[in-house]
Formats: sequence, C-alpha cells, structure tokens
Amino acid sequence: MAMTRSRARALLLTPAGLWYAAMLLMPLAVVLIFSFGERSQIGGYAPGFTLEQYANLPARFAAFRNTLTLAPLGTLASLLIAYPLAYYLAVKVSPKWKTMLLVLVIVPFWTSILIRSYAWIFLLGGKGIPALLAMAGLEDVRLLNTPFAVLVGIVYGYLPLMVFPIYVALEKLDKRLLEAAADLGTPPWRAFVQITLPLSMPGVLTGSMLVFILLMGEFLIPSILGGGKVFFVGNALVDLFLQSRNWPFGSAVAVGLVVVMLVVVGLYTRAAKRFGVGRDDAALM
Amino acid sequence: MKDDHKPISRKAFMDELARYRKGSVTRRHFLGVTGLGTAMAVMGGTLPRMARAQDIGNRVVLATWPNYHDPADFDAFTDATGAYTQVNVFGSNEEMLAKIQAGGSGWDVFVPTNYAIPTYVEAGLIEPLDLSKIPNYDPASYDPRFAEAGTIDGTVYGVPKNWGTTGIAFNSDKTGGVVDSWKTFFDGARDQFDGRVMVHDYQLTTIGNALVYHGFSFNSVDPAELAKAEELLIDVKPHLYAISSDYQPAMRNGDAWLTMCWTGDGKQMNTDMPEIGFALGKEGGEIWSDYYAIPKDAPHKEAAYALINFLLDPEVNAREALAHGYPVADSRTNALLPQELLDDPIIYPAAEALSPLEFGAAVTLTDPNRAELMARFKSA
Repeated sequence: MAMTRSRARALLLTPAGLWYAAMLLMPLAVVLIFSFGERSQIGGYAPGFTLEQYANLPARFAAFRNTLTLAPLGTLASLLIAYPLAYYLAVKVSPKWKTMLLVLVIVPFWTSILIRSYAWIFLLGGKGIPALLAMAGLEDVRLLNTPFAVLVGIVYGYLPLMVFPIYVALEKLDKRLLEAAADLGTPPWRAFVQITLPLSMPGVLTGSMLVFILLMGEFLIPSILGGGKVFFVGNALVDLFLQSRNWPFGSAVAVGLVVVMLVVVGLYTRAAKRFGVGRDDAALM
Repeated sequence: MKDDHKPISRKAFMDELARYRKGSVTRRHFLGVTGLGTAMAVMGGTLPRMARAQDIGNRVVLATWPNYHDPADFDAFTDATGAYTQVNVFGSNEEMLAKIQAGGSGWDVFVPTNYAIPTYVEAGLIEPLDLSKIPNYDPASYDPRFAEAGTIDGTVYGVPKNWGTTGIAFNSDKTGGVVDSWKTFFDGARDQFDGRVMVHDYQLTTIGNALVYHGFSFNSVDPAELAKAEELLIDVKPHLYAISSDYQPAMRNGDAWLTMCWTGDGKQMNTDMPEIGFALGKEGGEIWSDYYAIPKDAPHKEAAYALINFLLDPEVNAREALAHGYPVADSRTNALLPQELLDDPIIYPAAEALSPLEFGAAVTLTDPNRAELMARFKSA
C-alpha cells in the first residue's frame, strides 16, 4: 500500500476543508467580530465590544416577521404545485417524454433569476395580466409590487428545487407495493395515502428544506417584484451594508438570521422525525 | 536586459507579435523587446495616440450613475489614448462609499455628489487632485455654486461633472396637469393618485422631501422634525406604487403617474413621451452637483486624470450633456449647446424656481437616525 488510510483521508478532505475555512469560517468570524463593534461616525466598522447591536435587533422585527411569514408560505405553495408535477413525471408520464419534460423543468435555470424576475415585472405590470383581466371585465387589478407578486416570483424561481427531490423519491418507489395493495383490495386513494405519500416524504422534506433555507436569505425577488415595499431580512441586510453602512448592526442582524434559521430548521427536523421519517431519510437533507 | 541597438530578427518579431496577440505578453513587453517602444518614443510627435497609450495603460475603471454618459465618448477616449473605459453603475452615494470603504474597489474615477465629498475626505479615501493634469478644467468658466463643494480647506478633491435637481415627474394625461408641489405629491398619493406614486429608495431625497412637505429643511436631522416626516411616510406607504429609484420603466408604461425624479431622467422621459413633465417642488427640495474624483487607492491614476480631462473637454462635455440631459456648470460647454437646450425649463430652470432648493449636507447622508427612519418606512 503506497498510502496509509489516514493520509488518503486527509488528502481527500483537504480541498473541501480549505475551502470551508477560507469561504465559510473566516467570513463568519468577521461577521461575529463586527457584530460586537460600533458604527463609526461616517459609517462602516469601528472596533469595540458592545452588545448594543444585539439589543437593537427588535428594530428589524418587521423584517424578520415578513421573512418568517413569506418563507413558509412560499415553501408551502411550491410544495403544493411541485408535488402533483413530480408525481406526474415520476409515475404517470410515458418514458418517451420523461427526459424531455425533466429537461423543461431545468431550462429556466439557464437564465439568471434576475432576468427572469424582471420578466415578471412586465407580466404582472399594468400592460400584462391586469390588462387581460380588464378585457374580461375585471377592472383595475393591481398585481405588481404586492406580497402576492413576491409569492408568485418565489414559487416560480424555486419550483425546480422542490420538484426534483420529490421526483427522485417517487421514482424510487417500489411499484410492487402498490400492486400488492391493489390485489388486497385497497382503493387507489388509500394506497396513495398509506404507501406513496409516506415513502415520498424524504423528498418532500429535502425539497422543503432547500426552498425554505434559500427563501430565508432572499432579497432579490422582494425588491424587484415587491417594489421595495415588501421588506425581508435580506433586504434589511443589503440596506445596512450598502446604504446606511451600519456594518456592526448588519452583522448582528446576519447572526440573528443564522440563529433563527438554526432554530427553525432544528424544530423542523425534529418534527420530521416524529412523523416517522427515519435517520436514513434525514441524511438526505 | 535587452539590447536596444540590436535589431530584432524578422522571425523573432513575428513570434513576439503572435504572443502579444494571444495576450500572453503585455503590450509593454511587446513594445520593449521589438524595439517598437523606442521607435515610438522617437516618433512620439507623429504618433501621439500610440505613445500616450503606453503612458496611461490600457484600462480605466469608472464608477458612475445610470444613464449618465454617452458611450460613444468612451469609444472616442479609447481611440485617442488606447485605454478602455470599464463602467460600473451605482444607485446611491452610500453604495459607492460602502464599496470604497471596504477597500480594493479597483476604481480609478468615481462621481460623488456634493454632500458625499466631506465624508470621503474625513475618511482619507479620496485623492487631492493635481489640476496640472486636468488642463481642461478651467475654474474661471464654472459657476462657483456647482464647483465649490469639490474644494475642502483649500484642497481640490473633485471637479464638477454636472448639476441637477430632484423634482417631480408627472404623467399629465393621468394627473390632469402639472404637479409642482410636495403638498400635492404626498396628499395626492393618498387620494386621487392612490397606488400610482413612487418615491426613491434613497433616504436623502425621500425623507428630505417629506420634511419639505412639512415646511422643514431638506437637510433636517432634528428628531422632532424627522418624526413628523416619518409619520407622513408611513401614512403614505400603503398607497405608494413602489419605493424604488428605478422609476423610468413604471412611468413609461403608465403604471406610475408621479415620481420623485432627477433632472436627467425627467428630460429623458419628456423627450420620448411629451406627456411626462418635470417640475420642481415650489416649497423646496434638492439641488445637487456631481464631481469627478479619484479614490486614494486607484490602480490607474494616470488614466484617471486622462479620462477626467477628456470628459471635461467642452466639446466632449457638450456631447455628454446632449445624451444624458443634465445641465453643465461650464460656460464654455454651454456655449456649444443648442439654444433650445439652454432654454429648456427642465434642464435649466429659471433662477426663481431654483432659489427655494437646498444642497444636501454631509450629515444628511451619514446621519444614523435618518437611516433607521428609512428602514422603518420600508419595513412598515
């Protein structure tokens, strides 16, 4: 043997380890240090040790509330739309079409989310869908720059991330279980509730977690489709770092967001376990 | 060291040329080893373009505002000097300041507004200008109102680019006429223009004009006055179309009828759609002046001076003004502009319309209370 086991392991893990140290741990350390500092007179960071920034966190309560409302709502809406689609792709569609349809789900990712969100400005703006509704007699419907528009943008942007994990879970499903259930006289809806749904839960949980975590940090879609009136924690962070240049407070808000995320994800994982999704499935996440 | 007296062989020359074309050697190296550098230094008089290109490098990075230049002028600068202008566009002075403060912005020239300059000077982020390198800047031909903020304690840090105002753009087809007061702007937003009004995503102007509505100074940092402005903004917010500084698309497609608006945007929209007008708030508001300046850590300082000098050439400056629609404080440039532009009330408003306006103050930009007010307004 040319190389010992532990040396091989060290070599395999070194690139990822270095990457994490440089790109995750170091910036995180900077954020932590900044969060205990003070804003200098002209903005930016001045060294110090104070808990003032954390004490000031309630000033961004509204941003946390908006995020914690729209992120779960967006996740749920994505799930409700993605599940039937994934089910169709995994179970119903003929193999001949399957690959092409799957590719179509990915195609939007070939264009930047910024441009795709911008396109929604025209669809939801006065000369888009509201103009069509006006022809149908529904006058003066305002869609753009509302929480609804943000929700549409979120679901649109993140749908593929929900579809794929569910699709994979459904695809693996052993069809013989359903045949056996049918042989034993189980009606199809019961077979779905008792067999398909529980066995697809790992995909549902993975997809929901992916979408939820990304939504918690979202700022682009609210600012583009919310017209600056729908304010997420992400937007608060952008403003604190790039506008008011209150870096210490911005760092404290960022740490606050990480803590909120850990708590929510922790609770979620726990609830998932209680609903009978075992350790192996949780490892998917 | 290479020997300049020994002529390069034909094959070696072609090899070097191929390498230079592929980009694997620099222009400097190519000119050096082939002896062309020496040749050009000798022929400098007859080949000014190439010779200068060697002096200032091949690149200059400009941080500026949206719709604020004629791209053809950058091409002309490249033709004249060999240096390519890389343009970065920003949305606010705070954002620019944040990037420069963070360090390593890589910018050579940037365009701070009058009230931002003291902060850059205080933080030691801005280069005192060597005016001998900007011969096209002739202080005597500039209106001092729009040039004085570039000088702090006798040191020149910025030379004037353009000036302008922050007024109201209105779609007269929808508003039924001119809107020229902040009273109508904010009251109308909650009444006849419900859902059709935009304010800037910029604390300086949005809070400033809400202060002016109440008869206070645009620059107030008085807590009681700011509280009144906050009350107004939070009351208006549910009725606004958007809080955004990107108001041209919404105004042009008719979704928004009324917006806070900078001079040049007003002119650009008015040119394309005459029903969109621009007026100054008669109670007051903002007048401002932008400056060309050089960050202390600019990587291509010589190119920075060359670009500023080029853009301040009255001929070039006049072409710029024709493209972006912002007024110029340089009388030499104005002498080259068509009369109808000089008579345009949007670009060069009458002196009495300007008199209630205020220049933004340094503290207005950096006041933490105004920043927090804006955050409460946006998250309300």
